[in-house]
Amino acid sequence: MADTHSVIGTKNKKGQTYTDTWQLMHEAPRTPSFYTGSEVIKEALRRASCDVMIAYPITPQSEAAALIGELFAEGYIGDYFRGESEFAVMSQCAGAAFGGARVFTTTAGPGTMRAMENFPMWAGARLPIQMIVTCRGINSPLSIQPDTLEIAYLLNTGMLVWHAETAQDFFDWILKGYMVSEEPDVHLPLALCCDGFFVTHTKDVVNLTPADMCLPPYDPYRSPVPCMDMECPPVRMMRDPFVMKSNYISYATHASWQQEVWAAIERSRKHTIKWLNGLIETENVDADVLIVASGTAVSQGREAIRLLEDEGMRVGLVKVKALRPWPGEEIREATKHAKHIFVPEFNVTGWLAKEIKATIPNSDRVHAGPHVCGGMTMPPEIIVQEIKTALGMKAMSLAGRGS
Amino acid sequence: MTQYRVLPGPEHFLPPAAASMGICLPNPGEGHINGVIVPEEKAYEEAARQFLMAKVPTIFPGPLVLWAWNEKAAKKATAIRHLYETIKACVTPQQQAMLIPMPDYRPKYPKINPEVEINPNHPNLTIWHNKIDACMFVGVHCHQANLSLKIIRGGTSCYTIAMCAQAGHEDAMLSFRDATAEKIMRLAEWVKKLKGTVKVSQVTSKGGASN
Repeated sequence: MADTHSVIGTKNKKGQTYTDTWQLMHEAPRTPSFYTGSEVIKEALRRASCDVMIAYPITPQSEAAALIGELFAEGYIGDYFRGESEFAVMSQCAGAAFGGARVFTTTAGPGTMRAMENFPMWAGARLPIQMIVTCRGINSPLSIQPDTLEIAYLLNTGMLVWHAETAQDFFDWILKGYMVSEEPDVHLPLALCCDGFFVTHTKDVVNLTPADMCLPPYDPYRSPVPCMDMECPPVRMMRDPFVMKSNYISYATHASWQQEVWAAIERSRKHTIKWLNGLIETENVDADVLIVASGTAVSQGREAIRLLEDEGMRVGLVKVKALRPWPGEEIREATKHAKHIFVPEFNVTGWLAKEIKATIPNSDRVHAGPHVCGGMTMPPEIIVQEIKTALGMKAMSLAGRGS
Repeated sequence: MTQYRVLPGPEHFLPPAAASMGICLPNPGEGHINGVIVPEEKAYEEAARQFLMAKVPTIFPGPLVLWAWNEKAAKKATAIRHLYETIKACVTPQQQAMLIPMPDYRPKYPKINPEVEINPNHPNLTIWHNKIDACMFVGVHCHQANLSLKIIRGGTSCYTIAMCAQAGHEDAMLSFRDATAEKIMRLAEWVKKLKGTVKVSQVTSKGGASN
């Protein structure tokens, strides 16, 4: 059996030193670098000891898949190829993960939707694949601009789902994500989401870990299911489903299987808290008014809070980092003093507000909005306007701005 | 803090996963009993007590220890055999210690032979057939062990123990983690130590494994 600890301190074929992940993320020196989000994904992968990356480049939404091809050419990725479609890519990812590889891929918008059938399969088969979701519009008429509606579809797949605010989150969480999803009591795929375009195409200062240090390799012998074995579930489940047998035992087995996937999400809670330093971050939660958001809506919320502070109004903030596992207890605690809770979102349905309403007592405190979608930006002024209007204060309308 | 406890069943038509009810896995050096975290030594004592109390104490070794695929597996298999022999030597003639393998996880068609094996897709059949009232899983992949433990808790009154090489199992009534051959031998020592101090449980005519 491979022993991960035995390789710490040794070098890989590129001369990178396998480093204890806690040391790499918390103690190793960081170098400020000015990169786009897509370039940051590439730099994280350089340090991720990734065995296989399978690409269906979603350019112009994200250049990450193409950039990781460069990493392969440089020798940092074990194998790299392009699938025939998003569905094919996700199926091929499953094959690589079944075989015991650390796997990475990227997707966005309609590609995520096309590949959707694979995600519950990944979770059911306990494959710790990491998938970057650079969210974009999913409906006709098409949009390559950010819209987070696809996250709503991922929430019930059995995958871990995290929502990054910044490129720095992205860099750190790609590396930390493997540490959570590869734990034997978790061993689930991770959808690491960001608001595409805003994060992927804009440049930001990101503090990078040294390029000559990398994650310890994945140890497939710690998996809660056997590696590729055509005679055993989950592989056999897919080629010869025992659940096709119409009897109580088959149904009960499948039910128990599904429960086990969601139990694994629950088990990921303690590991996620350890690596992300909590499932949420909070500021001034003793205020009467709170903004609760995920992704770049958090950044816009911060700016709205600054504008309101200039007017003498104190507003608190809850940044939701992990959506699965869902930080229910943390959100109940953080919002217990709030009289008004605003949930700005980059999608038309307001899935985050619905989750929060289902979590806290007195859910009529939740104001689902403001919403923008289809690639619209969310000026902080419209969050200010939403808050003031709900509180019966006079607010300047932005609707006619520019006329 | 959850009020839920992982207890012998039959619990429910579809019992919940214990993790979803707020039961957490132990940290290194700990175990859990009924979902409550305890020092590992306490878990040894309780596991030994359960084996000695049961009418049909049974060990279910899985593929990770049934095949000598590395040195550690072979050592563990020897330790498991030793534990089984120890239990057999320490119980009364009215009790029947058993060692039934889970050789693989493939669904068995048209039906399993519950006298010779256990299967994660319908483990209750083996429990019922042999009237097993206390069992220990060892060397079973974690996902498959949890499937089994949940189904057993759902439909039988069997007391379940997990000797897990990874992080442990909330769906067992008692769980160890980071299992090694030495830990299995330690459990055998506890069985020897408690021999003669534990009363055999007064169970139903079905051997406690009710349906």
